[in-house]
Amino acid sequence: MPPGQYVTSDFPVLSAGPTPTASLDSWTFSIRQGSDTLKSWTWPEIKALPAEDVTVDIHCVTRWSKLDTQWQGVSVDTLLAQVDSGAEFVLAFCDGGYTTNMPIEDVTDGRAWLAFGYDGEPLEAEHGGPARLLVPHLYFWKSAKWVRGLELLDEDEPGFWETYGYHMYGDPWREQRYAGD
Amino acid sequence: MAGTALRGRLTWLTGTVRDVTQETPTVRTIVLDLTGWPGHEAGQHLDVRLTAEDGYTAERSYSIASAPGEPVAITVQRLDDGEVSPYLTDELRPGDELEVRGPIGGYFVWTGAGAEVGGRPLMLVAGGSGIVPLRAMLRHRERIGSKVPTRLLYSARSLPEVIYRAELDSYGRDGVQVIYTLTRSQPPGWAGYSGRIDARLLAEVSWPAGDDPATFVCGPTPFVEAAANGLVAIGYPATQVKTERFGATGR
Repeated sequence: MPPGQYVTSDFPVLSAGPTPTASLDSWTFSIRQGSDTLKSWTWPEIKALPAEDVTVDIHCVTRWSKLDTQWQGVSVDTLLAQVDSGAEFVLAFCDGGYTTNMPIEDVTDGRAWLAFGYDGEPLEAEHGGPARLLVPHLYFWKSAKWVRGLELLDEDEPGFWETYGYHMYGDPWREQRYAGD
Repeated sequence: MAGTALRGRLTWLTGTVRDVTQETPTVRTIVLDLTGWPGHEAGQHLDVRLTAEDGYTAERSYSIASAPGEPVAITVQRLDDGEVSPYLTDELRPGDELEVRGPIGGYFVWTGAGAEVGGRPLMLVAGGSGIVPLRAMLRHRERIGSKVPTRLLYSARSLPEVIYRAELDSYGRDGVQVIYTLTRSQPPGWAGYSGRIDARLLAEVSWPAGDDPATFVCGPTPFVEAAANGLVAIGYPATQVKTERFGATGR
């Protein structure tokens, strides 16, 4: 367990606004760079990609951790393999306007997924469905709910909580909760 | 508030308990004397750290209950299986020390900017101990002399479980309306609301969406889901509804 965390069997919810409701008919997941959309998938196109079952521990900055959570999703490697980019950072963007930033190396090499299944069921809206990022080695605010795409960036740029004083990177093992930790 | 990203590390401060107030049988307000506190805005929270004799530490976040400029206060609900809250509600005494750091968060805040004349009305929706950061906003409104029309819709299980009741009832002037809904038990002759918060109740008591109210919803997750979805259903733009949720495990 990372320092300062406690185990919960609940699945608490933290978000800054109402839960968005997305229509799967118009849902897309896009990879953008500058003003270009490099690649965009519809919901059926995402579901047609090879999916993985992932069992991981997750750690929320508000100190709960949940062990052995079971997800289903597409590796971000699979998505990024379809674009050509030398970007160093990504900014995930979401329905509701939420964003969060990460180095690209933290969402590649089997470390991040676009998750649409939880515990054998479709991911509930409350927990980020239809699809959220899953980046379990960072605090869970990086696992952006209701995610709609990744913006590729050459330089790191703070996302939503990062602008409000939370840590730019958010490694739970180094307890990087707030800016400067 | 973008500038908050530039501030330095939040350091732990050792405060001294100035005062404790029992708000309900399971809820207590703790006021701290704190040197070096950088100041806060209404709606922010702080972290509390307890250290056992063997060095084991436990930290939790609590909403700040006091207005900017007032001594830092937190209001804590006792969670029976909690690791931190029973100490705060049962053991802590005036004169004891308590470690805190903050303030944390900058989104769920009401600064009062533009609230002097013709400002946006304020719509506050609280469930249970979700009243705490909203109470800081109400106190801030009073302290800065704001007259913005304000409504608080507060859902509690029963009247004795209403936190800050005397204080909230005293706001029945200066353009603050406090509306309770008591969802589990009501006193004899209760003429107020008794239903859970939903779109129908919100449509009755909320400012019309066209008034562009600054809107804050705080409480347990299912409550916030229902209240925020209800506000969106009656026409509030989702981006205007700021929410703060806490899970069953407390926060």
